Amino acid sequence: MDYRFETPADVSTRLRDVDYLSDEAIAGVVFLADRLGKPILVEGPAGTGKTQLAKSVAEILGARLIRLQCYEGLDESKALYEWNYKKQLLRIQAERNSDSSWEDIETDIFSDEFLLTRPLLEAILAEDPVVLLIDEVDRVEVETEALLLEILSDYQVSIPELGTISARQIPMVFLTSNNTRELSEALKRRCLFLHIDYPDMEREKEIVLTRIPEITESLADQIARIVRSIRQLELKKSPSVSETLDWARTLLLLGVDSVTEADAIETLNILLKYQSDITKASKELQGDSGAKRPGVPRTS
Amino acid sequence: MTSIEVPSSPMLELLSGFIVELRAAGLPVSLTENLDAMEAITHIPMENRDAFKYALAATLVKNNTHWRAFETVFEVYFSLRGREYSLGGGDDLPEITEDDEAPMNPDAGGAGAGGAGEAMSPEQMAEMLFQAMRNGDDGLMRALARQAVTRFAGMEPGRPVGGTYYLYRTLRNLDLDGVLERLMEEAQEQSPAPLTQLEERLERDEFESRIDRMKKEIEAEIRRRLVADRGVEAMAKTLRKPLPEDVDFMHANREELVGLRKAMYPLTRKLAVRLARKRRHGRKGPLDFRATVRQSLSYGGVPADPRFRYPRPSKPEIFVVADISGSVAAFARFTLQLVYAISGQFSRVRSFVFIDGIDEVTRFFEGVEDISVAIHRVNTEADVVWVDGHSDYGHAFEVFWEKYGREVGPKTTVLILGDARNNYHASQSWVIKEMSQKARHVYWLNPEPKAYWDTGDSIVSDYGAHTDGVFECRNLRQLEKFVDILE
Repeated sequence: MDYRFETPADVSTRLRDVDYLSDEAIAGVVFLADRLGKPILVEGPAGTGKTQLAKSVAEILGARLIRLQCYEGLDESKALYEWNYKKQLLRIQAERNSDSSWEDIETDIFSDEFLLTRPLLEAILAEDPVVLLIDEVDRVEVETEALLLEILSDYQVSIPELGTISARQIPMVFLTSNNTRELSEALKRRCLFLHIDYPDMEREKEIVLTRIPEITESLADQIARIVRSIRQLELKKSPSVSETLDWARTLLLLGVDSVTEADAIETLNILLKYQSDITKASKELQGDSGAKRPGVPRTS
Repeated sequence: MTSIEVPSSPMLELLSGFIVELRAAGLPVSLTENLDAMEAITHIPMENRDAFKYALAATLVKNNTHWRAFETVFEVYFSLRGREYSLGGGDDLPEITEDDEAPMNPDAGGAGAGGAGEAMSPEQMAEMLFQAMRNGDDGLMRALARQAVTRFAGMEPGRPVGGTYYLYRTLRNLDLDGVLERLMEEAQEQSPAPLTQLEERLERDEFESRIDRMKKEIEAEIRRRLVADRGVEAMAKTLRKPLPEDVDFMHANREELVGLRKAMYPLTRKLAVRLARKRRHGRKGPLDFRATVRQSLSYGGVPADPRFRYPRPSKPEIFVVADISGSVAAFARFTLQLVYAISGQFSRVRSFVFIDGIDEVTRFFEGVEDISVAIHRVNTEADVVWVDGHSDYGHAFEVFWEKYGREVGPKTTVLILGDARNNYHASQSWVIKEMSQKARHVYWLNPEPKAYWDTGDSIVSDYGAHTDGVFECRNLRQLEKFVDILE
């Protein structure tokens, strides 16, 4: 089998070409997933680029992205396949006057023609290169997770009437999770695990620079610093990377060259989404910085 | 798929030792994952240490809270294999050899110190440290960390002292807080205009993160030397850090508490889901006449498939009664966090805290978005002291029953948290007996190890006999087990 990537560094450069800045962990795991033919379970806080990773990988591979959005109550007929029973009914009625036997009709109505493919089956059947993204897998119930196991470990789907359908090629599979609940051991065992956290300051600055080319370096630097500072506070929801980007765009639109306290506080509502967080952060940004801050343990 | 090439056997041996240690540290590594790891490293060039580390992590660690434990074990097993850490075989202190010193000089050149490490005066060293911090020079930091440990830690081979002691000694001599102040002063002086609050804050954050990096370097250096002195297996055992789910609530430090809180969130959700599911499934409601008739049409009017209404979802009511006296202070803080998390998931949670008096604290948690505010208010405003501020379960329960007993009904689940150390007061266990007759369930969570139950003034069995169960609840793993059996 041909591998998609040469080295982890190759992954990283090619991701950079499509404006996705990876770090060593991301590049390493994507590389391994390709080599081992295993799905990647990507976990981390919201808005750190988990879904974007799958999209970017699809883009560099020139592959079609097939996306399954998970939600509570997702079932087989939405995730795997469904029989098109209306069409089957029509078929039976059309046959009524001819004298074909019951067996004929049965084999006929349970054939490919009457099968409605859903994302998972579609990814298995695809002839062209595809990337399968199973988004927010922590939203389905534990029982539904079992649906995914066969496809994740063997890249096949069993349909009682048709038998087992194996993948024509091993697609790259990404599962994302916001960790709102613990996923089952069985699922985790089948995947490579990748945790994407908030980026460090340097990387965040680079992300801002890559995504918003018009921005000046000094502004990007300042933005990254302020965001890091805010993330150290104990908040209900820390600002995500996408919120940092929104904030940077806003500051750019307002024509700010260098962020002052007043600018920062006026536009905080873009970074933070809870009123209590906004109050707390603006108090911190104004307040005396010498005060003891939570999150920074001071030893010695 | 390629067949697994067997990596060179010393590597394989090392890897299996590594995995044994991971398991000993509590990480659940399955056989499949073990095989995956072995296959993974055949694809990774060994020279690339980071890639190697991430390959192992991706295949072996499936939970982010286990990362710290993994990293420690990894460092002990694999970081010391480089040439620079091989010691000269002598019995004495690991000394800085010529080789180690070499990369330091070019780095130090800018600092104007120069010269070999041994010749450096403490002042010169402090100056270099200051320079390294100011410029954020990683190379110099690493070299300095090595120097500092040699100089200040006073490590002796075979001495049974933990790494924390050496770390403390080294840090005390380096005075990093002083360096931070100096850096801030300099930043103030150098800027053309006086720094605004915001700028000052940002500068400070930057320097603090550098200092943090320096501390980590020193810690790593000490660990390396300890491993070199005592051997891999012994050190791995000493350095073993409990996973967040194994951290004892009573003895958790600040950092561990933060980890606990993160790990607790999925657990409270699980608790909520479990209770919600019990509500939805199971019992069927009364016959739904309309739906049954509608359904019967597909069977030619025969009601072959009767339909039922969904039962009206009963809202579970939870009463949490928690001891917050001194003997369980650390546990109490955790308890309050648990109460806070639960009240985020359920609409009807009422919480009570007691020492020898009891007070309802539900109001402190309502609409509060910041847990620390709620906890602060509970600790300062709740009226929990009756006579002397020593736990008196009997009195607290009696008052509880008198004041709130009427509100306990067949839908109520009562969670009592405490060690049942009653200071030899009357137990008044009849309250619990009546409570469990009236309520749906009464559970008792005890933060003490089971071996200590009913010793001294603990009378947990007196109460426990009347509840639906007393559970030892010292860490998240035990709490999770409790959630699992809960219905």
